[in-house]
Amino acid sequence: MTTSIADLVSSHPLLAGLPGDATTTVAGCARNVAVEAGELLLAENDPADTLYLVRRGQVAIEVHAPGHGPVLIETVGPGEAVGWSWLFPPYRWHFDARALEPVGVVAVDAVCLRAKAEADPRLGYELMQRVAGVLLDRLQMTRLRLLDLYGGGGGA
Amino acid sequence: MAPVLHRIVERRQETTDVTTLTMVPVEGSTLGFCNGQFNMVTALGVGEVAVSISSAAGAGGPLVHTVRDVGAVTHALCETRVGAVVGVRGPYGRGWAVPDAPAPGAVGGDVVVVAGGIGLAPLRGAVSDLVDGGGAGGRRVFLAVGAREPSQLVFGQDLARWSAAGADVAVTVDVARAGWTGHVGLVTALLDHAGFAPAGAVALVCGPEIMMRFSARSLLDAGFAPESIQVSLERNMQCGGAWCGHCQLGPFLLCRDGPVLPYGGRVAGLLLERER
Repeated sequence: MTTSIADLVSSHPLLAGLPGDATTTVAGCARNVAVEAGELLLAENDPADTLYLVRRGQVAIEVHAPGHGPVLIETVGPGEAVGWSWLFPPYRWHFDARALEPVGVVAVDAVCLRAKAEADPRLGYELMQRVAGVLLDRLQMTRLRLLDLYGGGGGA
Repeated sequence: MAPVLHRIVERRQETTDVTTLTMVPVEGSTLGFCNGQFNMVTALGVGEVAVSISSAAGAGGPLVHTVRDVGAVTHALCETRVGAVVGVRGPYGRGWAVPDAPAPGAVGGDVVVVAGGIGLAPLRGAVSDLVDGGGAGGRRVFLAVGAREPSQLVFGQDLARWSAAGADVAVTVDVARAGWTGHVGLVTALLDHAGFAPAGAVALVCGPEIMMRFSARSLLDAGFAPESIQVSLERNMQCGGAWCGHCQLGPFLLCRDGPVLPYGGRVAGLLLERER
């Protein structure tokens, strides 16, 4: 049985349960992509033109540091999404994203998605609410990591 | 209760500042305990400190304590060599309440274990009894472990063995180093897509208190009932017998009523109390 791209979109937690025919609308901008281990999904300063919905495999969010090579900042796995800079001008990636293993993603054309969201504010609001929820989670996790929770402390 | 002298029979350096000591009584046999309880361990001539038990209650072997070097007493314990003697009194407190294995043919709820840093030490015995000792009885065991960086991970051999034995083991670090290909991020991120079923499940959580609060919230968001989440709390345990009051947290004296308490009820609110 072949799984349609709409099925893949609706089965991803970020876009599951979209109202009305929004799933079909988003699916019109999406394609199923396989990424080899080590391959970059996106690179710093390149145009931010895709939202990646991870279906399988782990993706590393990295930044290149002179003399150190890529520094791994965070990993993103199945059920999560990669790439937010497509939402905001100047639409450039701030980090690299590299497949740590064979990765399956639904790649959503961000230019197409932005155009549809602008044409249908209900869809745009729905997408923005969902993306904002994920961004909030990421921000809170980043804040907690800044605390160095497992660091030292006074004791007997 | 007077300390019972124990001789160190094995010493393992887990990380630069964490040491695991295996010990047996100088006389007599090892006292029974429950997973999650703690002992007051004495570095002779230096002082006494509360240390959770990291051996498995069901295994019946020697006593194991894992100590982080954070002060004078723990430093002395971490420096203790094989053959040396330490004092042990206990065990104290209440440990993890893991439901018995389901009857043959029945399906039991998942067991979800969340550990941060050296917080894996008080959980080690419970996981070992479930996975090594067969206590899971067909239940799925999920273990989410967080550490600051790969070199700070403790019990690496146990994690590998539990994974090979069928437990769903996921490890994440806050800061990756060259060569690390595992997860990077907060331990709660491991819970978001772990695949456990919250209905009938039990969660055991131990680590820095902030981590436990956020882990408990993630588990609640995932559908766990508050009373099904257990956390191991730490305060200034001194007497171990609920006399001195140093370990008081609201209505609880943690050396007697804890260290393991259900997150539901009063604990969730108490963990948000500001110190005055």
